[in-house]
Amino acid sequence: MGETGAADRPARMRAAAAYGLAAALLTIVVLVALSVGKFPVSPGTTFAILWNGIAGTAKDLDPTLGNVIWNVRLPRVMAGLCVGAVLAAAGASYQGVFRNPLVSPDILGVSAGASLGAVLGIFLSLPVLAIQGLGFIGGLFALGVVYAVGLAVRGRDPVLTLVLAGMAIAALLAAGISLLKILADPYDQLPAITYWLLGSLASVTNGDLLLVVPSLVLGVAVLHLLRWRINLLSLGDDEARALGVETRLLRPALIVAATLITSASVSISGVIGWIGLVIPHMARMLVGPDFRVLLPASLFLGAAFLVVIDTVARTVSTVEVPLGILTAVIGAPFFLALLATGRTGWS
Amino acid sequence: MIRLDELAFGHGRVAIGSKMSLSVHAGEVLAVLGPNGVGKTTLFRTILGLQRPLAGRVLVDGTDLAQCSRSEIASKIAYVPQAHGTLFPFRALDIVVMGRASRLTAFQQPGRRDRDLAFEAMARLGIQSLAHRPYTEISGGERQLVLIARALAQEASFLVLDEPTANLDYGHQFQVLEQIRLLAAGGKGILLSTHNPDHAFFVADRAALMAGGSIVDVGEPQQVLTPAALRSVFGVDVVVGKIEGSAHLTCAPARIGGAPQD
Repeated sequence: MGETGAADRPARMRAAAAYGLAAALLTIVVLVALSVGKFPVSPGTTFAILWNGIAGTAKDLDPTLGNVIWNVRLPRVMAGLCVGAVLAAAGASYQGVFRNPLVSPDILGVSAGASLGAVLGIFLSLPVLAIQGLGFIGGLFALGVVYAVGLAVRGRDPVLTLVLAGMAIAALLAAGISLLKILADPYDQLPAITYWLLGSLASVTNGDLLLVVPSLVLGVAVLHLLRWRINLLSLGDDEARALGVETRLLRPALIVAATLITSASVSISGVIGWIGLVIPHMARMLVGPDFRVLLPASLFLGAAFLVVIDTVARTVSTVEVPLGILTAVIGAPFFLALLATGRTGWS
Repeated sequence: MIRLDELAFGHGRVAIGSKMSLSVHAGEVLAVLGPNGVGKTTLFRTILGLQRPLAGRVLVDGTDLAQCSRSEIASKIAYVPQAHGTLFPFRALDIVVMGRASRLTAFQQPGRRDRDLAFEAMARLGIQSLAHRPYTEISGGERQLVLIARALAQEASFLVLDEPTANLDYGHQFQVLEQIRLLAAGGKGILLSTHNPDHAFFVADRAALMAGGSIVDVGEPQQVLTPAALRSVFGVDVVVGKIEGSAHLTCAPARIGGAPQD
């Protein structure tokens, strides 16, 4: 068929150009993020230090700066890339799987559930891997409860039901977190819990990153492999099944994958709200609803967004601003605007 | 051939219909008529394997659907739902390509061939110009044709259409029916439901009248959809006849016992 073939080639070139542009932008964002801070360096020097670290062609470089960039800023920027990317990817997946454009990890209670699990882990002074595991179980549990409520309440607007159920469950889980905070050691555990609940990449180490990266890669790989099938799920169960999709396997697989990456990222960065809601919508405005392009677009935008926000958070004042505060300031108005303009994009 | 063998269907354990035997042959259009709530949708869902029969079997070309996987069923029977809105503004072509799902493995992405087949299906219905338009921005009649194109891209021998003319404007109703007739002429076996006897007269080779959970009568439309039968099933007095210049029978309210004119 000539026409689809003719329409294909420019589309493929556009896609290649878009990936190139995205990679270039992300490189610039990362270089700038690595360069600014209490010890500002020029992006050129940053590049030289990075290159020196990899190739080992030692020149007269300041070893303190090398330490700042390799051991302080790089883990933090990498964590920002990973966490931002997977939160956005999880949000885009939940929106497709639940057929609901207003859901996201925080709104479905996944973040709150993962928080409660992870806070419990901190409270019990468990190792990082156990905190991550508890976070995952907490996130999946919260999502299960919210989804069950959504299934049980029939005959109401399903979009509204899921959003409201998520908020109610999140409030309940927040009560559990408050209880743990009161019980926690006020000198040792409480500051860690509080700071962590506001979301921060400040204390992420290379070791933390290495621990969560396998979970992130696994979850994103599952989403990537099933990227076209997510489109079919958004048609609704009956239609997807009549098209030959085994929704009873596909839906749980996607939910587990998205919850795994959300919980894993929450376990290293704490709760960073709104990215999972705002970024998929921005990505959809840019590239359309097809998950095959929406997934990479969400990953890229989420990564860039969080690195930029985190860089602002640590440079804008002498006291570091917790990330959750900044993303809420941007995300909440965005969510309200979505509610107000409502049906335009998806009905 | 789709053959229903002593089929019982319903929700949970409550049977809506039972002992139903019916068949749909390749190349024919079978129209099912019946009052709301009589179980047409549940029957269709059971035929599509979306819910299990309470008793009996659904056989497609001799194979019991209960033994088939979802993708095996989808490669035999395609479902055309009522034109609906989707959540996200997919392009019409993307919607049609989704018909290829049963031909691809779980991790496989649709390729060039699938896109070509989808485009071909749209061209067959004369809607190729809609290919790159967002599905959310086209009319109800166009959406219905897109969903039929998707069923064609599915390459199943049988199509099940749930009230394909509901919610369409007058012109699109007959445009959709005309395409359905062409598909049957091309060899597809088609099962559809409709509320309008005129549509059965227009498109169907056979009509089945459903009431009280069973098939009251099945056969040629003019023999099944008689004024007496329509009166007993729908409770209205109608006349059936041919308007001069039309090739098809038409059904109209009778004067006697009808509502007063306004």
